Amino acid sequence: MTAADPQMSDSMAAELADWRDTILRFLADEVEPHYEQWERDGIVPKSLYRKMGDAGLLCVDAPEAYGGSEAPLEFSFAIAEEAARLGYMSLVTNVMMHSDIVVPYITHLGTEAQKQKYLPRMISGEWFGALAMTEPGTGSDLQAIKTTALPDGDGYRLNGSKTFITNGQNADVVIVAAKTDPSGGAKGTTLFLVDTNLPGFKRGRNLEKVGMHAADTSELFFDDVRLGHDAVLGRLGGGFGHLIDELPRERLMLAVAAVAHAEGALERTIAYVTERKAFGQPVASFQNTRFELARIKTEIEVTRAFYEKCCRLYAEGRLDVPTAAMIKLATSDMEGRVVDACLQLFGGYGYMTEYPISRYWADARVQRIYGGTNEIMKEVIARSLVGR
Amino acid sequence: MSTQNEELEMFRDTVVRFFKDNVEPHYEQWEKDGIYPKDLYLQMGEAGLLCVDMPEEYGGIGAPFAFSCVVVEEAARMGYLALASNLTVHSDIAAPYILHLGTEAQKQKYLPKMATGECIGAIGMTEPGAGSDLQGMKTSATADGDDYIINGSKTFITNGQHAGVVVLATKTDPKAGAKGTTLFTVDTSLPGFKRGRNLEKAGLHSADTSELFFDNLRISRDEILGRVGGGFGHLIDELPRERLVLAVSAVAHAQGALEKTIDYVTERKAFGQPIASFQNTRFVLATCKTDIEVHRAFVEKCTQQYADNTLDVPTAAMIKLATTEMEGRVTDACLQLFGGYGYMTEYPISRYWADARIQRIYGGTSEIMKEVIARSLVGR
Ligand SMILES: Cc1cc2nc3c(=O)[nH]c(=O)nc-3n(C[C@H](O)[C@H](O)[C@H](O)COP(=O)(O)OP(=O)(O)OC[C@H]3O[C@@H](n4cnc5c(N)ncnc54)[C@H](O)[C@@H]3O)c2cc1C
Ligand SMILES: Cc1cc2nc3c(=O)[nH]c(=O)nc-3n(C[C@H](O)[C@H](O)[C@H](O)COP(=O)(O)OP(=O)(O)OC[C@H]3O[C@@H](n4cnc5c(N)ncnc54)[C@H](O)[C@@H]3O)c2cc1C
Repeated sequence: MTAADPQMSDSMAAELADWRDTILRFLADEVEPHYEQWERDGIVPKSLYRKMGDAGLLCVDAPEAYGGSEAPLEFSFAIAEEAARLGYMSLVTNVMMHSDIVVPYITHLGTEAQKQKYLPRMISGEWFGALAMTEPGTGSDLQAIKTTALPDGDGYRLNGSKTFITNGQNADVVIVAAKTDPSGGAKGTTLFLVDTNLPGFKRGRNLEKVGMHAADTSELFFDDVRLGHDAVLGRLGGGFGHLIDELPRERLMLAVAAVAHAEGALERTIAYVTERKAFGQPVASFQNTRFELARIKTEIEVTRAFYEKCCRLYAEGRLDVPTAAMIKLATSDMEGRVVDACLQLFGGYGYMTEYPISRYWADARVQRIYGGTNEIMKEVIARSLVGR
Repeated sequence: MSTQNEELEMFRDTVVRFFKDNVEPHYEQWEKDGIYPKDLYLQMGEAGLLCVDMPEEYGGIGAPFAFSCVVVEEAARMGYLALASNLTVHSDIAAPYILHLGTEAQKQKYLPKMATGECIGAIGMTEPGAGSDLQGMKTSATADGDDYIINGSKTFITNGQHAGVVVLATKTDPKAGAKGTTLFTVDTSLPGFKRGRNLEKAGLHSADTSELFFDNLRISRDEILGRVGGGFGHLIDELPRERLVLAVSAVAHAQGALEKTIDYVTERKAFGQPIASFQNTRFVLATCKTDIEVHRAFVEKCTQQYADNTLDVPTAAMIKLATTEMEGRVTDACLQLFGGYGYMTEYPISRYWADARIQRIYGGTSEIMKEVIARSLVGR
C-alpha cells in the first residue's frame, strides 16, 4: 500500500495514513468534479495549484526555512501515488514536475538568493515550475541541444526553442538547459532559471496528444532573452552533470506513478468485472478473467517490491544510475501491459471516454517515452554491464 | 487471373487517389468533429467505391470480393481506420445481410441507395446490457396485426448518426432463447426511432459510434430480414465475412503504421545518426515486418477459403484474433520508435495506435474468439 520502509515508526505510519486521507479528500473535493472538463480544456487551471499550496500539498519535502514542511519522501510520493491511482495522470506529471523535479533542482543547486526568490512562492503555488531540456531536433540525445545562452555584457542572451515541455503554459519559471559554450560538448551545457515574464520569452502551442490531455505539454521559444549571472543554476558548464545527478529521483518518481497507476487500473477493473454480467454470470467468473487479474496483480506486486527497494536505496543515497534506469523501464513497461489488459476486460466500454479505464490506457502510453525512453534506459543498463 | 490482378491494382489506384483528394485534406477535422459528413458517402458512391461486390442489378458493379476489400485495405493502410470501420459495416456487413437474406422488395428498397451512398447501413446487435452474449439482448419486436412493435435500445452502433437503415436484432419470442431472435431492416425515418449520443471514444474519433432507441416503433412484417426466429443463425452465417474484413483492415493498418515508421526513423536523427541505424530499431522493424507478412499469408489463405465457401467459423475466429493482436503489437512498437512525437496527435502514428485498440474488442472480443476456437477443439 505504501512506499514505506519496514523500519518506519508507528507514529510516522499513522501520520502517513492521515496524510493520505488529506490528499484523498482534496482530490475528491477539488479535482474529481472538474477533471473531465480539464481534460477537454487541455489544461489544469492555475488556481488549482494555489489551492494545493494552501492545503500544503506542494513541495512537501522542501526545507522548512523556505516554507516547506521537510516531510520525508514518502509524503511527497503519497500525493503522486494517490492521484495516479485515481487516474489523474496529467495532474500527477504536472505536480511531480513542479514539486519533485524543479523544486529539488533549486534546493540542491540554487544560491541562497535563488532559493529565497523561488522556493516560498513555489511552495505556496503562486509560481509554477517547468524543466526544459527537449528540443524539436533532439530528445534522447541531450548533448545535441541547440539553444544557446551566449555571454553578453554582464549576462547572457538566450536563443532557441524547446518542445514537449510539461507545465509549459502555466509555468512562471523554467529551468532551461542551454549551451553556454557550443564547442564545449557536454561540458558547454548550463542550466538557467528563466522567469517567463522576461521579454523575449514566448509560449508556443499547447500540444494535442493522444492522452494526458490536461497536461499542458508545450513549445517554448526564446528570442534574445536577457539573463543575468544570477540566473545560472548550479555550475557554469555543469548542466549535464546536474541533469545526471537529478535523474535517479525523477525516474523513481515516474516509477511511483507507474505502480500506483497500474494498481488504480486493477482496482477499477476488479469492480467492473464483478458487476458486469455476460452469459448470465459475472465477467469475473470466467477463468480467463480470473487468470488475467491474477497475472496483473502478480506483476504489480513484483514490480512494487523492486520499487520499494529502490525507494530505500534512494533514501540512503545509494540509488545508482543503472538501477534508476531499471526501475523506470520495469515499472512503465509493466504499467503498459497492465492497463492494456484491464481495458480489454471492459469490452466495448473500455474504449469509451466516459469510462476512466480508457484514460488509464491512453495516459500510460507516454510513460515508456518521457523521462528518457525505455530504449535509452536499456542503453544505460547495458553500459553498466558491457560498457559502450 | 493476371488481368484480374491488373484490374485490382488499377482499382487500388482509384481508391488511393480518391482518399488523397477527398479524405486526406479533411480527416483531422472530421476526427475533431467526431463524425464525417454524409456527403462523403455520396461522393464514394459516385466514385463506385461502395458495395462494389454487389450485383449490378442492385447498383453495384458485381466485382469480386477482393475489390471490396481493397477499399477497406487502403483506408486502413492510410490511417483512416474510423472510415475503414464505417465502410466495413456499410459495404461488407449491412449490405451483404440484405443481399443474402432480403426479399426482392427489401433488396430493391435498400441496396441501390446503399450503393449510391444515399442510404447508409448499420448493424444493431449490441445493447447496454449485452455485447458478447447476444442471446442476452432485450430489444423486443412484438407481433401486432400485420406489424411488429419494437421497443428497446442498442449501443456502440457504428454509423449510428448517419444510418438510413439498421439491420436490427430483436427478440420476437423472448422465451425461446436463441430461436426467438429475428432480424429486421429498420428504416430510420420511421416514427419511434431515435438516435442517442455519438459516443466519445479513446480513438476512432470520426466513427459515429452511437446509441439508438426504439420507442414503440411500428414496423411492417415486410421488413423482417430472413426467417422469423432465424436471427441467430443468420448472424452466425455472416460472421466469417465480417471477421475476414476486420482481418484485412488489421493487416493493412499495421502495414501503414510500419510504412510511416520506416519513413520517420530514416529521417530522424539521434546521437548523430539516423534512428534507423540503431540495432534495436532495425530489429523492431524486422519483427514488425515478419509479424505482418505471416498474418498477411493467413489472410490471403482465408480470403481464398471465403471465395471457395470453405471459411469455417473457428478459422474466421482465428484470423480475427491473430491479426488484431498483431496489429496491436505492431502499432505499439511503431509509436515507440517516434519517441515523444509518437504521442502527439499531429503525428498520425498516434492515431494508428489509439485506433488499433478497438480491433481486439469489436466484431467479437479476442476472448470470445478464443472461446469459439476452443469449442472447436474440446467442445463446450
Ligand atoms: C507528454 C510529454 C511530456 C514531456 N515533458 C518534458 C519536459 O517537461 N521537459 C523536457 O525537457 N522534455 C519533456 N518531454 C520530452 C521527452 O523526454 C522526449 O520526448 C524523450 O526524451 C524522447 O526524445 P524524442 O522525443 O526526441 O525522441 P528521439 O530521441 O527522437 O527518439 C526516437 C526513437 O529513437 C529511439 N532511440 C534514440 N536513441 C537511441 C539509441 N541510442 N539506441 C536505440 N534507440 C534509440 C528512442 O528510444 C525513440 O524510440 C516530454 C515528452 C512528452 C511526450
Ligand atoms: C467502436 C465500437 C464500434 C462498435 N460497432 C458495433 C456495431 O456497429 N454494431 C454492434 O452491434 N455492436 C458494435 N460494437 C459492440 C461490440 O461488438 C461489443 O462491444 C463487443 O462485442 C463486446 O461486448 P461488450 O462491450 O458488451 O463487452 P462484454 O460482453 O461485457 O465483455 C466484457 C469482457 O468480458 C469478456 N468476456 C465476455 N464473455 C466471456 C467469456 N465467456 N469468457 C471469457 N471472457 C468473456 C469480454 O471478452 C470482455 O473482455 C462496437 C463497439 C465499439 C467499441
